[in-house]
Amino acid sequence: MPNTDYTIAHGSARAVATNKVLKNTYMLLSATLVFSALMAGLSIMLAVPSWVYLVSVIGAMVLGIFVLPRTANASTGIGMIFLITGLLGFGLGAILTTYLALPKGPQIIGTAFAGTGLIFLGLSGYALTSKRDFSFMGGFLFAGIMVVFIVGIANLFLALPALSLAISGAIILLMSGFILFDTSRIINGGETNYIMATYGLYLSIFNIFISLLQILGIMGDE
Amino acid sequence: MDLFLKIIAAAAMGMMVFYAWRAYQHWQEQGPKARKGDWQAVLLPLTLVVGLVVLLIAMVR
Repeated sequence: MPNTDYTIAHGSARAVATNKVLKNTYMLLSATLVFSALMAGLSIMLAVPSWVYLVSVIGAMVLGIFVLPRTANASTGIGMIFLITGLLGFGLGAILTTYLALPKGPQIIGTAFAGTGLIFLGLSGYALTSKRDFSFMGGFLFAGIMVVFIVGIANLFLALPALSLAISGAIILLMSGFILFDTSRIINGGETNYIMATYGLYLSIFNIFISLLQILGIMGDE
Repeated sequence: MDLFLKIIAAAAMGMMVFYAWRAYQHWQEQGPKARKGDWQAVLLPLTLVVGLVVLLIAMVR
């Protein structure tokens, strides 16, 4: 009997820890998304040129790869995640400025926003209710990301609209997979750091939104 | 886009390929393998995502 009690207590402690990570992740994710939106609004007001997007994304990428993992276990990690998401939001504003100048621009932005929200909520809900472990997808997802980046580098110089469309479609599918992967890692105890968990989910949402904007822009004849 | 910006973007994306390669190796070697029914459980929501994107495209056309 004592063993059973210990097992129940141990399982319960793990469930409490998992719920805490999940709750903190969604709270931080909400805060970073709001902060990003504010930074995007500021960027639209300042009418920053489109190259700012590229500079912001590269800056955020460097901080996300080299600095965030080293600060994620300290309080500076919170500041770092807001810096990264603020940078991405500021860069996003430059893209939104371009779309807002198009005849159907506001409609495309609104549709992409609603679509991103539906995809995120639907997939998160699915991962949370099914309680499946989707971490078997890790190798597949990172292989897919490598292929997308290699094709993306080629398309920087080829500039083929059809290839851009294919890349955006692939990114939406891969990021959808990452939402399942990241959420299942949180609920199964694979990710215990809520700052890194927030970063992963934020990137998926950001990339889905940008890719949807591109697809809807091209397919909406804009 | 200026050639200079394209080269900077290509370099950054090249760095990401390297980062993704390391992550890929880690998950291939240490990640769990798929069991029966796992991929079907992924394909269902992804098919719904494709359907939603098609619907969104139809809405803006």
